Amino acid sequence: MLRFTIRRLAMLLPVFLAVSLVIFMIIHLVPGDPLEHLIQVGSSPEQRAEMIARYGLDRPLLAQYGTWLAKVVTGDFGDAIVMRQPVANLIAENMPHSLALGGTALVFSTTVGIVTGVLAASFRDSPFDRAVMGFILLGSTLPSFWLALLMILLFAVQFEWFPVSGARSWDALVLPALTIGIGGTALIARVTRAAMVEIASRDFVRVLQAKGVPFWRIQLRHVLQQAMLPVMTILGLRIGWILGGAVTVEYVFARPGLGSLLITGLAQRDYPLVQGCLLMLAIAVMLGTLLGDLAQAALDPRLREAMGVQ
Amino acid sequence: MSRPSLAARIARSPRGALCALFLAALVLCAIFAPWIAPYDYAAQKLAMANTPPSAAHWLGTDEFGRDLLSRLIQGARTSLSVSVLSIALSMMLGATLGAAAGYFGGLFDKVVTVVVDLTWSFPEILLALILIAILGPGLHSTAIAIAIAYLAQFTRLTRSQVLALQGELFVDAAVTAGARPARVLFLHLLPNAMTPVIVAGMLATGDAIVLEATLGFFGLGAQPPIPSWGGMMSSGTAQIFIAPWIIIFPGLVIATTVIAINLFGDALIEALDIRRPLRDG
Repeated sequence: MLRFTIRRLAMLLPVFLAVSLVIFMIIHLVPGDPLEHLIQVGSSPEQRAEMIARYGLDRPLLAQYGTWLAKVVTGDFGDAIVMRQPVANLIAENMPHSLALGGTALVFSTTVGIVTGVLAASFRDSPFDRAVMGFILLGSTLPSFWLALLMILLFAVQFEWFPVSGARSWDALVLPALTIGIGGTALIARVTRAAMVEIASRDFVRVLQAKGVPFWRIQLRHVLQQAMLPVMTILGLRIGWILGGAVTVEYVFARPGLGSLLITGLAQRDYPLVQGCLLMLAIAVMLGTLLGDLAQAALDPRLREAMGVQ
Repeated sequence: MSRPSLAARIARSPRGALCALFLAALVLCAIFAPWIAPYDYAAQKLAMANTPPSAAHWLGTDEFGRDLLSRLIQGARTSLSVSVLSIALSMMLGATLGAAAGYFGGLFDKVVTVVVDLTWSFPEILLALILIAILGPGLHSTAIAIAIAYLAQFTRLTRSQVLALQGELFVDAAVTAGARPARVLFLHLLPNAMTPVIVAGMLATGDAIVLEATLGFFGLGAQPPIPSWGGMMSSGTAQIFIAPWIIIFPGLVIATTVIAINLFGDALIEALDIRRPLRDG
């Protein structure tokens, strides 16, 4: 398992290089002189010269990328132009909020999604199953920012159960996590239900039934165990979507976080800030996908072997 | 005996037929927006700001006293045209890339596959935001960003379709008859590979409507005074406590549209008798 982990980590390196190159290229692809995107309006010639030296703007692109990457790896993203402080500080302030939100939403969607999926598959075609199918359709199609606004209207304004916005206390986490969680839950429930239904029709299940093994023991000990494989595959593929949901939802709840920071940066055209946020979000997605792969490999020895043989 | 037409087979499911009717009505609304809308979408009447739904303004007015229904109808034009056009663009590019990669193989196929796999694990919203960072906010950049965000999906699907068809007799027959590679690819392989791609495009249009609305909601899409469904909600958030209808109705329209597209897609899949092309497949 350790060797598998190291291998998968090593495979991330080229991905990281490619993604960071695209993000680095942003300031060169935006129309206009890159220097103008990195510096405050009205800077003195000395400041401009310092900036050119700092980013190596007079050197070839690839050398500039090297300089930039070397700084980024040590956590130096430059200074945010509008907020006038190091991007690294802003990221450090906002990142814990995003991690808390993404993590809570992920745990919520996985547990509730699997439980709902198992129940729906076990009571197939019952009113409960039909209700779950309806929820899956709604949960996977409704825009998350609209759901977030409805949550605010209902639970924060109407009932006053939770704060409308911000991240001052733990209960401010509930509505945003729930909003992201609904989409994730719908996805996990759909896959769990489909996998459970498919596996329950296999021969070994009929043998278990014939031997008189109790229904729930078959469902939980045998069918669910097998159904977890496709669920983990999808979770690994879609973990980025669940984490990416945080970008939208943070903004609606005016929660501090990488997503809110990114949207602010985009609106202000603050390119060092945008680059820093995009890179951190991309890393989060990559690590999330890695986590999904590892969970899958932990469950399925065949995957580990396939990797070991290669 | 001839098979009943596709339309007849879709109409067999009442749900699919209902969704098709709704979508058709919506498209007509978008096309004839200026003639259907009861008011001018940009006409401000500050004395009438934030009035709840009434006989004069069926869905109420926004913070500038503009008629919400008229803005929703005009917004359908923006949101639908951006989503449909960007998915069409994405589908054409993706199908060409994927078909060529699958048919010619070799280094070109390797490069395409690597790039597709690279973008695969990233959520569309993140890809779209990277592109908006480069192109700057606006309607055109939103369309391009959506097109590129979904490119990997269509490339991947078409490539696998073409690969699956490669061993078929009709392909060998065309090659034996002396058809050049481009002719085999575009006249024989692609038409047979396109059905699932078109269905995937139809379903992706629903996702694109949500993505377009999200970008609009962030203030990165259509710029005022042009109404878009997402943009309307963006300005409505400041009014959420006094005029919740400004955000409720556009959201309801988006939700209904996307659900209708999905259910119609399901009916279409059943009528065509193919497997649902899943993103997470």
